[in-house]
Amino acid sequence: MARRPAVTGPAADPAGLYRTVALIRGFEQRAVELVRTGVIRGGIHPCTGQEAVAVGTCAALRPDDVITSTHRGHGHVLAKGADPARMMAELAGRTTGLNKGRGGSMHAADFSVGVLGADAIVGAAVPIATGAAWAMRRAGGDRVALAYFGDGAVSQGVVLEAFNLAALWQVPVVLVCENNGFATSMRPEQTMAGTVTGRAAAFGIPAETVDGMDPQAVLDAATAAVARARSGAGPYLLECVTRRFDAHHTWEHTARPRYRTDAEVAAARSRDPLDIQGARIPAATRAAIDAETAGVLDEAVRFALAGPHPDPAGALDHLYSTGLRPRAGVL
Amino acid sequence: MPWLSYLKALNRAIGDEMERDPAVCVLGEDVGVAVTYATAGLLQRFGGDRVLDTPISEQAFTGFATGAAMAGMRPLIEFQIPALLFLVFEQIANQAHKLSLMTGGQTRVPVTYLLPGSGSRDSWAGQHSDHPYSLFAHVGVKTVVPATASDAYGLLVTAMRDDDPVVVFAPSGALGLREDVDFGALAPVPLGAGRVHRAGTDVTVVAVGHLVHDAVAVAEELAGSVSVEVFDPRSLHPFDWQGLAASLERTGRLVVVDDSNRSCGIGAEIVATAAEEMRLTAPPRRVTRPDGAVLPFARDLDLACQPTRAQLRAAVEKSVGAG
Ligand SMILES: Cc1ncc(C[n+]2csc(CCOP(=O)(O)OP(=O)(O)O)c2C)c(N)n1
Repeated sequence: MARRPAVTGPAADPAGLYRTVALIRGFEQRAVELVRTGVIRGGIHPCTGQEAVAVGTCAALRPDDVITSTHRGHGHVLAKGADPARMMAELAGRTTGLNKGRGGSMHAADFSVGVLGADAIVGAAVPIATGAAWAMRRAGGDRVALAYFGDGAVSQGVVLEAFNLAALWQVPVVLVCENNGFATSMRPEQTMAGTVTGRAAAFGIPAETVDGMDPQAVLDAATAAVARARSGAGPYLLECVTRRFDAHHTWEHTARPRYRTDAEVAAARSRDPLDIQGARIPAATRAAIDAETAGVLDEAVRFALAGPHPDPAGALDHLYSTGLRPRAGVL
Repeated sequence: MPWLSYLKALNRAIGDEMERDPAVCVLGEDVGVAVTYATAGLLQRFGGDRVLDTPISEQAFTGFATGAAMAGMRPLIEFQIPALLFLVFEQIANQAHKLSLMTGGQTRVPVTYLLPGSGSRDSWAGQHSDHPYSLFAHVGVKTVVPATASDAYGLLVTAMRDDDPVVVFAPSGALGLREDVDFGALAPVPLGAGRVHRAGTDVTVVAVGHLVHDAVAVAEELAGSVSVEVFDPRSLHPFDWQGLAASLERTGRLVVVDDSNRSCGIGAEIVATAAEEMRLTAPPRRVTRPDGAVLPFARDLDLACQPTRAQLRAAVEKSVGAG
């Protein structure tokens, strides 16, 4: 399926940063609608409100750098340059999707733009990114890997073990914690002894906390972190303090668990990355980008819905890279 | 001809592959000094850049190997204890194994997981005596259990060249074995190709790992009265079902001897498949560890949980009597 991507990662200028925030925001609005109408099965974890983290960090990366993402990965995957149309087709489970419909929202991967995949086990991708970064450095060159994870993930042992390996072996990995104030319903005060940056300090990994609602602030910090890793000085941890505006997962739209107040949500929404970045560009530029983005997303939805559903006979295609065919469940 | 020990075969296989392919690297605890011997001499030969002593962080270094594999390396991880596979089951079964399918074929994860010393180590008690190969075959991870030194060499080489994750269980009951082999004749052994160690016409004994040697011994004991064919599947996933079917065409009777727990063990799968699809003239039988067994420490108790030659012999005799 040769399709020229509509975007190729966020440009690092003010309008470029705005464009990518708008793309992610609009993509998820349309995806939530497709969840509601039953086109996207299984629901999604929207990153609405957190786009600045994905946009600012990916704008600091080169196309040949790689990322690993999380269950809340749409922003990361799009910001790294995946085609929104093929991404939407993936969410809709079509053969034209990034993963041919085998991954869906939580596993979207696009190796052609350095997305090694979104991982739905909290924290599990941190060692994977670390290993990829190590292998890339070993191969020569100065590519880096970036691992996204939530505030909930810093209580996973495997994440802390990976911090140790990254620091011990001076691996060029940038560790990006999206501290959105919640692990599903639980606040960091309920789940985390100490702090995110304190965990990095324990391993001698330099760390800083940045405003994760501001794409430019994230970009500035990420540029330094990436440059440091690229130069061979080892890992760096960025804690991006951000807020998600929407549900943990779209099931919340119907189950409506109460874990934060309306006032908290309103306060979070009062600092919207779309407006923070939008205020930095002329109104006419913003309007033009909005119109262009709407067109790209209309086309993405059209492309996704036009894509064929996979043939059930191929349900286990790609199970083994060697092409081994497993026995059928029924003879 | 020179004697090749099973452990030396593993060591040679790793060294030969590292020589052949610069993408092969080794990770594990104490692999530098080679406390298990499997990695002996490799640090000196290939350097610390390819033979990495890791911290005691199994989950992280197993995930790390997945990432390194996706970025072009072919890591081999040595685990000191089979139970560590429980600790990293997520990283193998849920990550490395699933990535090819979940990405729609965009990546491959060529990692080899080597367990030199699986199963009872002779009174190492509850946490050091597991033989969890059935778990991996169940989830679909390629799983091999070599019984002889030359198969250990050939299967480990194949595992390292395979583009998918492969777990290689080297039973502690086989590590000390030696075999008279011409080193020049050592060659890769394909996955999914069983081996008939001894031909027979009355009953097929499928034996896994070190139990192959017990099965051959029982076959010899019974030679005058019962003609036993000993079939070693060598890899449990993929499994050589055709080879087993061909053997049962000859014998029509099946006994499986498997040093893993009875319920949901590989023995159950072999018996079920034979019952569904193959020629059987007598009810199939299994000799295994008890259901849900945890190996106790005291020597007699440890042995009481493992399949014995006497049990196998009795099962073979019953099988023939019932035919
Ligand atoms: C290891 C693991 N435990 C539990 C879950 C179920 N789960 C999915 S998302 C989530 C919360 C994750 O919180 P955080 O890491 O802060 O990321 P966020 O959802 O806020 O982006 C949980 C508990 C899981 N997927 N993986």
